Amino acid sequence: MKKIKLFLFSIFGSIFILSSIVANAVEIEYWQYTYKARVEAIDKLISNFEKANPGITIKHTNFPYADYRKKVAIAISSGDGPDLVQLYYGWLNDYRDSGLIQPLPKDAFSHSEIESNFFKMVSSMKVDGEYWGLPTAVRSLALFYNNDLLKEAGLSGPPQTLDDFVDYAKKLTKRDASGNMIQEGLAFDGGIGQTHHFWREVLVRHYGGQPYSDDGQKITYNNEAGVKALTYLTDFEKTHKTTSNGFMNRGQDGFAAGKVGLYIDGSFRISKFVKAEGLNFSISELPGHNGTRYNFSSFWANALSSKAKGEKKEAAAKFLAYLTSDEAMQIWLDTVGELPAKPSVALVDANKQHELYGPFIRGLDYATATTFISEKPQRQSVVDAYDMVVLQGMSPKDALAKVAKKEQELLDDFFGN
Amino acid sequence: MIKNFWENLTINQKLAITAWVFLAIPIIFYVTIRFYPTYEAFYVSFMKWNLLGAKKYIGFKNYLRIYNDEDFWIVLWNTIKYAIIGVPISLLISFTVAYYLNEIKFGHQTIRAFYFIPFLTTAIAMAWVWRWFYQPMPIGYFNIMLSWVGIPQQPFLKSMEQGLYAIMAPAVWAGLGFQIVIFIAGIRAIPKSHFEAAEIDGAGRIQILKEIIFPALKPTTIFLVVISTIGFLRIFDQVYSMSEDSAGGPLNSTKPLVLMIYEYAFDIYKLGRASALTVILFLLLFTVSILQLWFMRKQK
Repeated sequence: MKKIKLFLFSIFGSIFILSSIVANAVEIEYWQYTYKARVEAIDKLISNFEKANPGITIKHTNFPYADYRKKVAIAISSGDGPDLVQLYYGWLNDYRDSGLIQPLPKDAFSHSEIESNFFKMVSSMKVDGEYWGLPTAVRSLALFYNNDLLKEAGLSGPPQTLDDFVDYAKKLTKRDASGNMIQEGLAFDGGIGQTHHFWREVLVRHYGGQPYSDDGQKITYNNEAGVKALTYLTDFEKTHKTTSNGFMNRGQDGFAAGKVGLYIDGSFRISKFVKAEGLNFSISELPGHNGTRYNFSSFWANALSSKAKGEKKEAAAKFLAYLTSDEAMQIWLDTVGELPAKPSVALVDANKQHELYGPFIRGLDYATATTFISEKPQRQSVVDAYDMVVLQGMSPKDALAKVAKKEQELLDDFFGN
Repeated sequence: MIKNFWENLTINQKLAITAWVFLAIPIIFYVTIRFYPTYEAFYVSFMKWNLLGAKKYIGFKNYLRIYNDEDFWIVLWNTIKYAIIGVPISLLISFTVAYYLNEIKFGHQTIRAFYFIPFLTTAIAMAWVWRWFYQPMPIGYFNIMLSWVGIPQQPFLKSMEQGLYAIMAPAVWAGLGFQIVIFIAGIRAIPKSHFEAAEIDGAGRIQILKEIIFPALKPTTIFLVVISTIGFLRIFDQVYSMSEDSAGGPLNSTKPLVLMIYEYAFDIYKLGRASALTVILFLLLFTVSILQLWFMRKQK
């Protein structure tokens, strides 16, 4: 009898002790989309963080990009889901409006520190006097070029100006006897991929315009600058015939196969090309025009979901502070290939002069992040304008007018105008 | 209490209760999984709703905006094109194949299996294979074949004129297996004595086809027309997988109604507009089905 009592006592005792340990540990959830390198990077960061903060455990959930926004929106609005969530900066307005995220606590994330420590484009996360999220890494564009093909065409070094760019593309294009393209000078995916960013933030600005008004509510590309930019872009396929939308499936596939001379993309594409056998490529900054350069930058931010409250919110804020630390940024650069969001980490010489990341990092200096309300339909405007000119033979002016009207309706609808 | 109740019932009553218990499962399923969401779609189609916030009643505004949207008319016409071109082509091919396949003995089962396999294949996987077939020269199978016979490169999926047909082709191909099997079953169900009588009377091949097989296959044909019309009007997977960026392009030239619904619902979260489009699709399918049922009645 005594033995049984002792046995029961020890069982209850250990349950009590265990439960008190469990009660002390805070578990928070972190959500992002599935991309191998990103998943690895977060796992590494979580294990570092958990070692330093024994009271906090982090559950890392990821799922395919295609379902990402939908799932996040539904989960948080039903009270489930992440405490800390990754979102594309272009979705900020959408998430904020729908009450999915909450402002970052000012005591842990002081505005003056954010503004002096992070790159300028991070300020797009500040709305209504509050910061709604912070990135670990940022992205910009650069030009990938195939060294062997350039050499074969008698070209040395990358194109430096928009005019060079056309010239290079022409020299790098090859066709067989019956006129079929067998090597593409410059690959654009007809507005998809990074092309629409290149048009909006680089070409439109080079020709003296800007894509949207500063508050993002009005379209400002439907003018001479926009028309010139669209003409320049579509001429590659229409007039110069150096580009064929769909050649080798996508630009990145053609470039990886060594059949494309020039290709614009983000730093996250480096890992694909490094693995491509027999591909000898280099990277340079995007070509300039009249002595200036422009670039497009974007980022994924980490934000506190509106579900995080009390000790979970504290734990999530703590993890967010770690995710935006210098150490995390360097780990992210080394694992994922995305650029550190703070000049203090990005602009160190080792990174700036880095053979592969260098051009991207230097591009951050003159990059702009577009204020999207929803990237996909806004991208569709550029894709459609491109197709109207190339497939339907419409003039760039008419094409732009047509897509601008539709896109402005989208903006008006969102801003309630 | 329950036991008493059960024991006091007659055998017929018990049988009826047992039957209803089993019937309840599909009924519950239909009510919760089919009818309730359908009702919701009607309800939401009068609302402005972004999936997260509160629903706001806006009357017929969703329908009005759809009516005034020129893209909607393009998309509706695309959807109808998929059906009115896809259905006759697929029925013609499948009947021809079924008719001749029925006559051969050697390898009959193997050939039938070859036709049936695409029906079992995942639409997405198949669509992606076809997407690669349609690529330009260095990798696209069809263009390589064209170049062998000296025909210039075709843009296929990249063209506003060819895109819709290029996407329709695998959809037709995938449906053939099912239609062939049903047609063969239909042909085999015709009593042998009819054919024998026709032969004795000296009827030719064409006459047999016209006077015996076609009339006997009428119900089968109507059934297949209904099923495949609905199938083509709901086409989605092929377009989603084969058009660039799943956008139903170039310039909406391949976009069907279901893809437009999907975009409104899950890309820009206009659930009200998406529901209104769903209601329109529902009415379209409903009308087609009723018309065809009416035809069937008339046949009897």
